Amino acid sequence: MSPNLVALAYLIASVFFILALKGLSSPVTARKGNLFGMVGMSIAVLTTLTITENWALIVACIALGGAIGTVVAKRVQMTAMPELVAFMHSLVGLAAVFIAIAAVNNPVSFGLPAILPMGSKLELFLGTFIGAMTWSGSVIAFLKLSGRMGGSPITFNGQHMVNLIIALAMIGFGLWFFFSDTTNWTAFICMTVIAFALGFLIIIPIGGADMPVVISMLNSYSGWAAAGIGFSLGNPMLIIAGSLVGSSGAILSYIMCKAMNRPFLSVILGGFGSDGGTVAVGDGEQKTHRSGSADDAAFLLGNADSVIIVPGYGLAVARAQHSVKELAEVLIEKGINVRFAIHPVAGRMPGHMNVLLAEAEIPYDQVLEMDEINSDFSNTDVVLVLGANDVVNPAAYDKGSLIYGMPILDTHKARTVMVVKRSMGVGYAGLDNDLFYMDKTMMVFGDAKKVVENMVKSL
Amino acid sequence: MIGEIDPTIINITIFVLAIFVGYHVVWNVTPALHTPLMSVTNAISGIILVGAMLAAGSVETDWGVWLGAIAVTLASINVFGGFLVSQRMLDMFRKKDKKGNV
Repeated sequence: MSPNLVALAYLIASVFFILALKGLSSPVTARKGNLFGMVGMSIAVLTTLTITENWALIVACIALGGAIGTVVAKRVQMTAMPELVAFMHSLVGLAAVFIAIAAVNNPVSFGLPAILPMGSKLELFLGTFIGAMTWSGSVIAFLKLSGRMGGSPITFNGQHMVNLIIALAMIGFGLWFFFSDTTNWTAFICMTVIAFALGFLIIIPIGGADMPVVISMLNSYSGWAAAGIGFSLGNPMLIIAGSLVGSSGAILSYIMCKAMNRPFLSVILGGFGSDGGTVAVGDGEQKTHRSGSADDAAFLLGNADSVIIVPGYGLAVARAQHSVKELAEVLIEKGINVRFAIHPVAGRMPGHMNVLLAEAEIPYDQVLEMDEINSDFSNTDVVLVLGANDVVNPAAYDKGSLIYGMPILDTHKARTVMVVKRSMGVGYAGLDNDLFYMDKTMMVFGDAKKVVENMVKSL
Repeated sequence: MIGEIDPTIINITIFVLAIFVGYHVVWNVTPALHTPLMSVTNAISGIILVGAMLAAGSVETDWGVWLGAIAVTLASINVFGGFLVSQRMLDMFRKKDKKGNV
């Protein structure tokens, strides 16, 4: 194909990518959107095949990668989506680094001048370091999300200073690479290695419940990495697709930060949720809570007219979504109005709870976002909180509280509150939750799945 | 005039406009679909596959080609995995839709 035709085909692919994202504006059009994405990708790949050699090698690699991707996509548990997404971000990052190294090695095969001009060097530098940070950051996120590494933040003295020095060193090697007349491999490799280390160091101090921000941020990085490679190769389609992904991830990070009422920078600098004495927990005052069995809870649920269920990370951990669906069905059969309330940061990634409830085939008109349902708690008989803590902590209304100003689900306004939790332990913010000590609150201790199953039995 | 402009400037123009398009399109995505949004964008960032193909498909066969081949494999995992897992999730939302409306 002539370069002009290739460019036009790439333009068509880019339009399909935009349509893919547009389709996600509603569950009705979302499947069509995903299909548009596949069409766009197919056009892009087939077009590129017409301008490359080594077809056999390329097709074999696509087949191998495609087979692995297909198996993973079919097998993954919905509760493990955050890990899968983190894993896939890491692949984009690593691929970007490999492409950049190949481009430095042999610029001509990418249509670049044999001696790289400064502009190209700068673009390759950007593509490489964003890619490398995406890779190592995502690997850490993956290890934390899949429980292979503890979720608590890893901090040490002078951490930010160390990171800053490392970042400056990386830029220094980048400049050396940039101003060298010939291809300066030493500078390039040092820069890449440092970028890998930096991605690692940036993510380790960020704790488990901040993962929705981290995963959105890495989503954004993977887009910028693709855009960076697009600049290096002078390929507008890569720039467009990369920017779409980059801005999407950035918006999700913003939404997640807003839902926690925390500045993006403070999340990224990490350390939150440690035992580092960020807040004086408990004031010596002896507080009492009321606990009950699953049978007691079932009795209360059965006598209610309206029930709102608040799922949290505990539901995902216990894989309780199918049992919850059964519970909802039993209650609906009794003529009880059952709805679900989702906090934006419930779970470990944006929209995580919605997918789990969808998997259990809970109709999405029963599933409401925080803004849609918050005013209804005050005239609700029973609220059932399943493995959520900070997002239902009324301390968010206390001026002196660490989480003051965080938008929460107003479960404390309901007539009766039931909280299913494994223990009285504090949530991620390290704060005691006054909701648990209210007169109208009943704690039901145990694994969310078992408790819910027992409730269904006694109903 | 257009011939005198550095291609990088044109690329920056495209870049800025694409960010605007992304910004406006993504704000319209319903929060319930934020997880599928992530997996779809993940698949789309697999577009880096095109760059990998250029590396693997270079005329001069040296180690750069093999690096490209690895990148093609990695990016393909992303493209296939991302789109297929999105489809799986979105199918779940569709099933619910049918039931909800019947």
